[in-house]
Amino acid sequence: MSTFLGLPGLRRREATSPEGGDPTEPWGAVPHPDEPLRWGESFPAAAKHTLKNEQLRRNLGHATATIRAKRAAVVDEVPDWEALRDTGSAVKEQVMAQLPDLLAQLEENVTARGGVVHWARDAAEANRIVTEIARARGADEVVKVKSMATQEIGLNEHLADEGIAAIETDLAELIVQLADDMPSHILVPAIHRNRAEIRDIFLARMGDAPPDLSDVPRELAMAARAHLRRKFLSAKVAVSGANFGVADTGTLAVVESEGNGRMCLTLPETLVTVMGIEKLIPTYTDLEVFLQLLPRSSTGERMNPYTSLWTGVTPGDGPQEFHLVLLDNGRTDVLADSVGRAALHCIRCSACLNVCPVYERVGGHAYGSVYPGPIGAILTPQLTASTGGVSGADDVNASLPYASTLCGACYDVCPVKIDIPSILVDLRAREVDADRGKHKVDPWKAAMKAASWVMSDGGRFGLAGRAATLGHGLGGRDGVISKAPPPVSAWTRERDLPAPPDETFRQWMAEHEKDGGER
Amino acid sequence: MSAREDVLRRVRAALGGSGAGTTAAGKVGTAPAPVEVPRAYRATGVHEAGSAEVLEQLVDRLVDYRAHVQRVAADDLPAVVAETLAEAGSVVVPPGLDEAWLGDLPRDVVVHRDAPDAPLSALDLDATGAVLTAARVACSETGTIVLDGEPDQGRRAISLVPDVHVCVVRADQVVETIPEAVRILAPHAERPQTWISGPSATSDIELDRVEGVHGPRTLHVLLVA
Repeated sequence: MSTFLGLPGLRRREATSPEGGDPTEPWGAVPHPDEPLRWGESFPAAAKHTLKNEQLRRNLGHATATIRAKRAAVVDEVPDWEALRDTGSAVKEQVMAQLPDLLAQLEENVTARGGVVHWARDAAEANRIVTEIARARGADEVVKVKSMATQEIGLNEHLADEGIAAIETDLAELIVQLADDMPSHILVPAIHRNRAEIRDIFLARMGDAPPDLSDVPRELAMAARAHLRRKFLSAKVAVSGANFGVADTGTLAVVESEGNGRMCLTLPETLVTVMGIEKLIPTYTDLEVFLQLLPRSSTGERMNPYTSLWTGVTPGDGPQEFHLVLLDNGRTDVLADSVGRAALHCIRCSACLNVCPVYERVGGHAYGSVYPGPIGAILTPQLTASTGGVSGADDVNASLPYASTLCGACYDVCPVKIDIPSILVDLRAREVDADRGKHKVDPWKAAMKAASWVMSDGGRFGLAGRAATLGHGLGGRDGVISKAPPPVSAWTRERDLPAPPDETFRQWMAEHEKDGGER
Repeated sequence: MSAREDVLRRVRAALGGSGAGTTAAGKVGTAPAPVEVPRAYRATGVHEAGSAEVLEQLVDRLVDYRAHVQRVAADDLPAVVAETLAEAGSVVVPPGLDEAWLGDLPRDVVVHRDAPDAPLSALDLDATGAVLTAARVACSETGTIVLDGEPDQGRRAISLVPDVHVCVVRADQVVETIPEAVRILAPHAERPQTWISGPSATSDIELDRVEGVHGPRTLHVLLVA
């Protein structure tokens, strides 16, 4: 096609402004990070930019409200939901405890069924393995099933540098790729785009979109179907992730909706699956738990339209060459943390994103990682621990555990009961501790410490409140203090502070108790 | 040290194994406490496989997914298959399909028989109007039908590429819950399985569900009692 302009898989990689993107991009600023787990801006700085994007907030507000209602309805109809969560949580804990044995078992079973198992210490090693396999098949194009693991290692960009185009086939992933954008959600990477924007992206970049394409979702889906059909029928190599790897049988599972997953997993001669080492479950029958928990938590459906399960190579059915790449890339660093290791239980459902008041307002890009939202706030710093993600005073990822109000909604919806709030608090403490050793007085931490001293005692809190009302005059016309004198300046440097009222709540209570509680 | 050995060594270090060195970040973890896995969830449903309640629930769920469902008496199956495929033009069938099901098919519907020694190419399948298969098991609570590649269902590609999938499910194959279905599948976990819950769909645009993307856009379920 001579009119094709999208160049999927050939992301532009020139340096970008620190704001995370060029505002002259046709569909608004999009980030072009070099590191999938560290985009370059700290959460507070990035959030300041994304909060100004009203379109983004409207799109996200609409989408997350829709999915929250759907999830709640299908979870409510399961009488043993809590029992399933308890099992899911314990099974994942068991997986972590027995990981060496289970990995060996998975490898043995995949190999016995004609698959080839590769191990990758990090992103570069995994990318190299996939590239070599594609090269050996003479492929200059691979079709891809949406996968967080391959996002995390920047596989598409690596393949592009090696002259191999990676074609994303999931609809949302395709939208992100055509717009040269980054994903902003684990499940629906283009959640920050509305139908009108998607129509414009297709018209400008797809190359073969019908010129009279409307913004009706069904028409947009049909355009994607037509666009990708020939790719599916002719692809030699496919790359996928895996939702689950079953140790006792060597079976792998991909859960999807559109059928693009089935196409990639079935039609090409060669399949390469990149799977994080934590994605294991011990037995095939454990699927009976996770295939109930995942669909209801993620798309809010009783079951997703398609789930594919395969075990090595089946003669005469599907790819006759199968490679499984087992990826560490920081996971063992997470596993080494007795509290934080629960982040590895995540089955990537994205329910925590959909209920998070912070995510809903700032959007996925503000987290500066392919893993946004509450799970990203605990996973990204830990996955990048070896390069300072948890404790580096200057590392942008170390600020991620503060991207939360600790409201606990994420824990309530997590299908495997990851106690995200507790891990956030633990990571915050770790970050503060790491800094303490540096003999550097950080006014921010001093302010936090002062706040905890004040808040831990009712009398002090009352006094501080009365003192704070003196700051009433500092508020601007909108009742917000954006620059306060020291030491409060340490706080207002990072965030705005509502101007204190004329009297504190405690003063008001005291007054009204005197009046006999009348109002 | 090979990548395999190195990754496994790091895992052991992360779990507090002695003599395993440290993880990449220089950490040594602690051994997790042993875990008891509670199994208090429902292993079976309230109703028998194939009971009226279970069939009714399956139909309700499938219709909710915008699948077309017909309850069919066994004797009427060939006639209903013929009616359902009348407009298809051509149909691909797996090698072990019950030939009787095709007995009433109009002559102008071309039948392609996929066989292990003569498989249809992806392009042939793309040019075929429909596919007719049996199923292995169905779960009513989630409206899910599972194919496991046995000769009456065929290899995965045939039920994927044609735009219309006509799937025959016997009433006695329908169980209520996912655990019941999984335990039927477990003895042959190695078979390639496709779990189908309605026609292909996407929620990628504003989380609004739209039926019909890359997989068959139309799913007919013929439920034989």
